[in-house]
Amino acid sequence: AAAMSVNADLRRERAAATFQPELLTHILDGGPERTRRRKEIEALVLNDPDFQHEDLNFLSRSQRYEQAIRKSSLMVMKLREYGIADPEEIYWFKSFVHRGRPEPLDLHLGMFLPTLLTQATPEQQDRFFMPAWNLEIIGTYAQTEMGHGTHLRGLETTATYDPSTQEFILNSPTVTSIKWWPGGLGKTSNHAIVLAQLYTQGQCKGLHAFIVPIRQLGTHEPLPGITVGDIGPKFGYDEMDNGYLKMDNFRIPRENMLMKYAQVEPDGTYVKPVSDKLTYGTMVFIRSLIVGDSARSLSRACTIAIRYSAVRHQSELKPGEPEPQILDYQTQQYKLFPLLATAYAFHFVGAYIKDTYHRINGDISKGDLSELPELHALTAGLKAFTSWTANAGIEECRMACGGHGYSRCSGIPDIYVTFTPSCTYEGENTVMMLQTARFLMKSYTQVTSGQQVSGMVSYLNDLSRQRIQPQHVAARTVTVRINDPTSLVEAYKSRAARLVESAAKNLQAELSHRKSKEDAWNKTSVDLVRASEAHCHYVVVKLFTAKLAEVGDAAVRAVLTELCLLYALFGISRNAGDFLQAGILTSAQITQVNQHVKELLAVIRPNAVTLVDSFDFHDVHLGSVLGRYDGNVYENMFEWAKKSPLNKTQVHESFHKHLKPMQAKL
Amino acid sequence: SVNPDLGSERQTASFSVERLTALLDGGAEQTRIRRAVVEAIQSDPVFSRENQYFQTQNERYEAAVRKAVHLQKKMHEMGWTENGPEYKYIYRALSGDVAFLLHRVFMRSISVLGSDRQIAKWIPLATQHKLIGSYAQTELGHGTYLQGLETTAVFDTATQEFILNTPKISAMKWWPGDMGRSATHTVVFAQLYIHGKCYGIHPFIVQIRSLQDHSLCPGVTAGDIGPKMNFEHIDNGYLLLKNVRVPRENMLSKFCEVRPDGTYVRQGSQQINYFTMTSVRISLISDEVLIPLKKACTIAIRYSVVRRQSKLKPGEQEAKILDYQTQQEKLLPQLAAAYAFHFTNDYLQELFDKGYREIQRKNFDMLPELHALSSGFKAMITQHCTAGVEICLRACGGHGYSLLSGLPSLYTKILASCIYEGENTILLLQTARFLIKCFMAASAGQPVPPSVTYLAAVKHGKCPAKNKLDFLSPDIYTEAYQHVAVRLTSSTAAKLQDLIQSGDKKHDAWNQCTVQLVQAAKAHCHYIAVKNFAETVEKLETKAGIQKIMKHLCDLFALHGIFSNTGAFLHDGYTSAAQMDMVTAAYLDLLAAIRKDAVPLVDAFDFTDQSLNSALGSYDGQVYQRLYEWAQKSPTNQMSPAYERYLKPLLHNTLSKL
Repeated sequence: AAAMSVNADLRRERAAATFQPELLTHILDGGPERTRRRKEIEALVLNDPDFQHEDLNFLSRSQRYEQAIRKSSLMVMKLREYGIADPEEIYWFKSFVHRGRPEPLDLHLGMFLPTLLTQATPEQQDRFFMPAWNLEIIGTYAQTEMGHGTHLRGLETTATYDPSTQEFILNSPTVTSIKWWPGGLGKTSNHAIVLAQLYTQGQCKGLHAFIVPIRQLGTHEPLPGITVGDIGPKFGYDEMDNGYLKMDNFRIPRENMLMKYAQVEPDGTYVKPVSDKLTYGTMVFIRSLIVGDSARSLSRACTIAIRYSAVRHQSELKPGEPEPQILDYQTQQYKLFPLLATAYAFHFVGAYIKDTYHRINGDISKGDLSELPELHALTAGLKAFTSWTANAGIEECRMACGGHGYSRCSGIPDIYVTFTPSCTYEGENTVMMLQTARFLMKSYTQVTSGQQVSGMVSYLNDLSRQRIQPQHVAARTVTVRINDPTSLVEAYKSRAARLVESAAKNLQAELSHRKSKEDAWNKTSVDLVRASEAHCHYVVVKLFTAKLAEVGDAAVRAVLTELCLLYALFGISRNAGDFLQAGILTSAQITQVNQHVKELLAVIRPNAVTLVDSFDFHDVHLGSVLGRYDGNVYENMFEWAKKSPLNKTQVHESFHKHLKPMQAKL
Repeated sequence: SVNPDLGSERQTASFSVERLTALLDGGAEQTRIRRAVVEAIQSDPVFSRENQYFQTQNERYEAAVRKAVHLQKKMHEMGWTENGPEYKYIYRALSGDVAFLLHRVFMRSISVLGSDRQIAKWIPLATQHKLIGSYAQTELGHGTYLQGLETTAVFDTATQEFILNTPKISAMKWWPGDMGRSATHTVVFAQLYIHGKCYGIHPFIVQIRSLQDHSLCPGVTAGDIGPKMNFEHIDNGYLLLKNVRVPRENMLSKFCEVRPDGTYVRQGSQQINYFTMTSVRISLISDEVLIPLKKACTIAIRYSVVRRQSKLKPGEQEAKILDYQTQQEKLLPQLAAAYAFHFTNDYLQELFDKGYREIQRKNFDMLPELHALSSGFKAMITQHCTAGVEICLRACGGHGYSLLSGLPSLYTKILASCIYEGENTILLLQTARFLIKCFMAASAGQPVPPSVTYLAAVKHGKCPAKNKLDFLSPDIYTEAYQHVAVRLTSSTAAKLQDLIQSGDKKHDAWNQCTVQLVQAAKAHCHYIAVKNFAETVEKLETKAGIQKIMKHLCDLFALHGIFSNTGAFLHDGYTSAAQMDMVTAAYLDLLAAIRKDAVPLVDAFDFTDQSLNSALGSYDGQVYQRLYEWAQKSPTNQMSPAYERYLKPLLHNTLSKL
């Protein structure tokens, strides 16, 4: 099967492209040199026999965990052998080894080690860092509890200081306080950084982090006072031993509290930390990764669905002619091309946040934190906006593949179950949207009290001007040019301004009726989420449009401009009500927008396959029979199915156990 | 004991839960029968689903076969028969977790498509399980588009046999349930060839496995198609035929026959086939679509009054997450949709029964309307409910992602319904074709079926609502839905005509309008669903608070539809910007009003804990204890070989040389 040539349909599609896919790949990677290095690392991993294994779809959960542990330990060894240390290169390496899936050492590498570096004292680093670096200590980060997730202040685990022995006594006082979900906690880790409410001298001092040994070095048995295990099967994350941890009067020395900032002195005196704004930085960084992940996951799903739609033929468009590729149906294009445009849009948003983070991070080390609140507020919303959209988009791609999309061999079910938790972790999406809304409301209040605001919310400054000239909004109606991305950015800006203002006014009205601020906020929260969504949508359209000017190659710029227009116009079509209600567009213009969306589908059609080729996913990484680069779908589905566990024997044992006895009796 | 946070919700119900359950069941007597069946099944340990989330595909399959075999015994013991009142509740009580479902489709296809002689021969064998049947239509390369199937059956006059072949890889039968491992026989759909001429798709009974030792018959290659998102208990299969011969009598020949000399004879009306498809689409709505959504609502809403997070008022206890407006806005519209579609299903069922009576009198007039409604509603309801279950799943945060919540399995199961029995986009286009035809007929003054007479009465008025309370009037919102449906249908019809007049071929014009056509079909179904819900509420008893709460749900269903699709209602100015603000206000008020009854409304669905099989959704609300207990049973908590093999060397300094 491997020697088969490329499917004729896909060959034709690729020949018809109007641009060179490599040039677009370079843009996505951030330059030809980055592309070259990525492919080099990819080859390093994919050609390594140590990282080969049976198709994971056919393994049980325990077997998948075992494979992942095996690969992770080799991965750590080889990363050091090859001297790969750049965070992005580590990310690529890991992603190729685990084919985009989570793995049991994620929390050790991504949270335990970095937390030691940023929050441990030099003495603690001496004790823990090198053993952890050498994997004698494997740690995880235990924050979430059964009863509390995003709302951190509600965590119930306690760490009570006992000055007589100079120890902290850790307890899980209720069922809801059991640590639940941390990755690598169930079976892999022997240490955990535990977040607990600190009690000293009879007072609660809030959440602090403690290094807690949980399993005996040598035997790996849980220590006395520790109950630890795996939380059971999940939708996805089969490779990950998400765990639970219950502590009963478990004592650790005073020196195990992470004390670079806050401290407890031997007599129990509590010393407050200087500033807690620094933690913002980490959150922004992780959210920027999720935005990038939204883009990549959606890109993978689009690659599979679009290639398959070019290979699959069905029904008839013209009487008497052969069955057409399903990608030629308008309804199929309407499902897939806006998602393709979205994937590109999110790539550029992810790159923007990462760059901004690195720029501001430079400022932080110089002590200038002024931009951090806005970035923090913006990334919360963008994390939610992109992950919600990608989550739904992946499912649409799967649906667009019909019945075969439902088979695990399509690879899309795996992309979905691996991606969907990002709507919940690192801040539940609705809560994230409301954080952005809080910032928007604050900015709005500033504007109404006569101050100017800057950055992405500066459009709010226009609101006060509009009040002086009430016909302003109506006048804008005729000025929107639906063929011009910059004009569409203005339309999105007006929509955001209108929804922010309307939410602010509703909030004001609620405040004048009700007693508490919290109540009024809750009664307005649906409006507030809508305002945040509109703001994020504007930011995405703006960033996509801005990207076009940076593209040097004319052919690539042309195709990206088409995608950018499709993204913006499709968004208007889907949210037509907002634009109509605010008087930004007329019904006649909406009809034109709808028509133009359909015209763009036809314009993009010849480049569709090349546009997904440009994402440059290796077949092994894609993990999909439907999305193979060579398009030899059906032959390989058959090959794949033959390996199914139910096919291990020609006659299944249940025939002898159940079927035969029944037939004998009747 | 019941968690007080859940218990307190039940004390404030504004209506009688028991009365509502009876209403949903179609009478108190039906409730009694259903409960008896559920009790009999769920108290039998063979039918237990306790360890389901921990089982492999092989274990799930074996359990499903065991249950299917045991069910025969159970039915005999209990005196249940296929025609008895209990029968329809068995599948629900088993939560569908049983093998041989395709065996029934096998039997039904023989009953519908077979001659009297074929029925007399095969049905008794199947009834006694002397053979196990399947139904092989879908191929690797073709699904909904049946004419495209590639399997061939060539008539050989010399031996009076059909020779069946899979000429290429894409022609392999793929997906049929029970075929991968269990079935001994299957109905194969193939292109019939006689003397070199193709007569189109016909059904043939083909034996694929030995009745003695279950080995594959000569010329047959068959197996399981591998892991899927769900249905681990079903052996969906593939089938490759190489010169497999079946006797002439094995072609199902109620409508077409091949005579010994190769003469092809067509007899009777094939329209009944459409009727079968219609019946399958309608029956799957209640079993495969409404039940998962109702279960998901039950789990998510109960969990949302047990889960407390963050504070709404300073100094108070943390609030139940259902008290957050954003959580209500996720869940309550799904609850309203579950009720709305429950009544839509009643409406379709009634229409179907009427159609059936007519067809028995050889009157096929109702068929086009029935076909259009069943296609459109199958697509609309499966899509809506699938999205609803996913919303419930995500509304449960991290714990929803655990299989132990029960939600992932409900989701992966219901989403298959968007694909099988007709891909949704294609079904909506079928409904649209009917709408356009009826619209043209109505415009020309010709009579049209009852569900589409509204298309004739194109009005160009404006929405008359003056304040937000007006939007709680069914006349106001039903009219708005009707306006949108008419607008979308008429504008698409006009567009089609324009294109054709400007020289486009009919099929090209059609493809260029398909996005709009799909929207028109959805708007039509949405309008009927809203209208039917409003009419149902009108007729309900006013006692016991039932009508009042159902009216709230109906309003919510209608206003949520407007709120989520404001563009369609604002377009052409039927609803003004100011009116749209009223809609939003009325809609958000309703959330708070229904919030109080949310738990009783899901209790009324009357699912047992075994049916829900959820650590989050049990009746007693002991969420966290259950989650902890169930997790401890996970096989991953037995000592894993991974420690000895990989972790131990890892931890014991193997790497410290680095």
